[in-house]
Amino acid sequence: MSASEIAIRARGLSKDFAQCHAVSGIDLTVERQQVYGFLGPNGSGKSTSIRMLCGLLTPSAGEIEVLGLKIPEQADILRQRIGYMTQSFSLFSDLTVRENLEFLAAIQNMPRRQAARRIDELISEYHFIEQQNQLTGTMSGGQKQRLALAGSVLHQPELLFLDEPTSAVDPESRRDFWEKLFELADGGATILVSTHYMDEAERCHRLAILDHGLLVADGAPTELTDVLDGRILKVRAKRPRRAKQVLDNVPGVISATHIGSTLRVLLDSKQLSKEVLKRALVDRQISAEIEPAQANLEDVFVAVTDKQTASAHLANSDSEEAR
Amino acid sequence: MRLLNKLNGRRIAAVLIKEFRQIFRDRVTLAMIVGMPIMQLILFGYAINLNLRHLPTAIVDEAGTSGSRQLLMDMLATQIINPVVYAESPQQLIDMLRRGEISVGVVVPQDFERRLDANQEVAQVLVDGSDTVLQSAASQLAQMPIVQGARAAVVDNNLQSSIPLPSARIDVVSFYNPQRVSAINIVPGLIGIILTMTMVMFTSVAIVRERERGNMELLITTPISAAELMIGKLLPYGLIGLVQTSLILVLGLLLFNVPIRGSAVDVYLATILLILANLSMGILISTRAQSQFQSMQMTFFVFLPSVLLSGFMFPFDGMPKAAQWLAEILPLTHFLRLIRGIMLRGAGLLEMWPDMLALLGFILLMMTLAILRFRKRLD
Repeated sequence: MSASEIAIRARGLSKDFAQCHAVSGIDLTVERQQVYGFLGPNGSGKSTSIRMLCGLLTPSAGEIEVLGLKIPEQADILRQRIGYMTQSFSLFSDLTVRENLEFLAAIQNMPRRQAARRIDELISEYHFIEQQNQLTGTMSGGQKQRLALAGSVLHQPELLFLDEPTSAVDPESRRDFWEKLFELADGGATILVSTHYMDEAERCHRLAILDHGLLVADGAPTELTDVLDGRILKVRAKRPRRAKQVLDNVPGVISATHIGSTLRVLLDSKQLSKEVLKRALVDRQISAEIEPAQANLEDVFVAVTDKQTASAHLANSDSEEAR
Repeated sequence: MRLLNKLNGRRIAAVLIKEFRQIFRDRVTLAMIVGMPIMQLILFGYAINLNLRHLPTAIVDEAGTSGSRQLLMDMLATQIINPVVYAESPQQLIDMLRRGEISVGVVVPQDFERRLDANQEVAQVLVDGSDTVLQSAASQLAQMPIVQGARAAVVDNNLQSSIPLPSARIDVVSFYNPQRVSAINIVPGLIGIILTMTMVMFTSVAIVRERERGNMELLITTPISAAELMIGKLLPYGLIGLVQTSLILVLGLLLFNVPIRGSAVDVYLATILLILANLSMGILISTRAQSQFQSMQMTFFVFLPSVLLSGFMFPFDGMPKAAQWLAEILPLTHFLRLIRGIMLRGAGLLEMWPDMLALLGFILLMMTLAILRFRKRLD
């Protein structure tokens, strides 16, 4: 991979705040024209990482190179080439749709005529023709978020940082929003998006899973789930709650989760066979059917964030696969 | 750092336009901008009159001679006292005073003529000393050259001890405000009060609000510099300050005939100095305050001492030394000296350079502190 194909490269990225290590030693490589996801629970260091990558926060340690620029030293130049969408709506609620876009265009120092053309383009492309003179404070969550995206791509940035953009919108708006992201990526933009929704994470080209400031796994969604092949079992039992109690105590079981009337069981290795589980259940007079199941990102997430067993496990197998 | 980058006029204009759009959409703020000066001007100009007249009074004339009647007529002619009840004896006067029915009692003793000849106190003014403003109004009365030959009167402070006044008559001559109209003194000061209140509050709230609503997080990821943002945000409020000043000057002239004896240019120059001082203080507050409520609190923390110590409410010279030192720190104190000098005494701005210098120093200090702190915020 040549340097020009890489949008973001970070090595040993760390940030310590007064009370905590928000981010500890993250290595990251994001290729151009990708939709790259940050998956992690609240407080896992997603926002802090994004803020460091676009030069808003100075890292405590580590090196960052974004679009070939050294960050934070060259953050001023970078600011003209990136778009940034904050977690909460950050446009002016007492300005109209058009006024907000006009303001952003002027701030980006776009030539007036070009700005006017681009704003018209965005207003029709993002379906704001009838609402262009409406105060943004009176719009719905989905509309606000659509406008925020339009605002962040106004100056056609090469790189887009989106910090949990869909946390406050309904599922349909989320789907539309993601369609827009892929359109942008097709148009040449690189997108770094943080989320805590598994379905969104699954749609990314590549994914980094963050937990407590550590990067616990990264790769394409299918790579990540393939690691768990043969380690997911579906258990159908008469008394699932009782069965869960039993299974939780079987050594080698990372988790057993209720999914409707079945249990989804995550094992810490393929070696543990379903016969072992079956025997454990029968010993307690619980009859059960057990069958293998396809791993999904939620399983990956549970596996890599499990403290005792998994992180070492998955990190090892992941790096082996990478080679 | 970004602050020292070249300023971009387009960006500053964008912030300025945005700010004006927001102000004009915010009816409450708009009403405050125009309503507050008008309301305060009328309130202070008409209602608050520190120069007392028509104090409820009872008079006992035990002498009943033509001379004593002449004395009383002269006293009434001052309009300071207004006889409201009839009393027969000094004792009755004291009782009425205690019950609060009257504020002032005047007693002319039986031997009025003899005392006049003997150069003794010819009359007694009893006053409710619990109100110091009343007291001084009454001593004003006592000090007036009432009747030819009458040398002094007695002010009985707490109705117990009679303290004779110095027998020499003190003639109070009021320069620049011979009619003692409070409005003339208050209107120039009011410019300072209103600017201190609105400028500090509007700027600090305007900046904190953007942080509260998350606008700042967006702005700092754009190429706009801190200086461009500050200038764009402050200019509208500075202009509003000048509009308010003009409003007060015009209304002061129309309603109270408050003159501008010095040059109007000097008035506006002094005003601009105060506006800058207050705007920079507003920014400094905004860098500390976490919420709009906090910035309001901090504004009042500055505003109250400004009103009380600057010389707007009470004469500067009458305050204890420590309070005077504290007052010297406040920009309003210096502005009041400047604006009263220019408007009422016709002084030039340069003649009062120490106060000008003090304001400039204050602006410089506040701006430096604000910029230092604002930089940190951007990181």
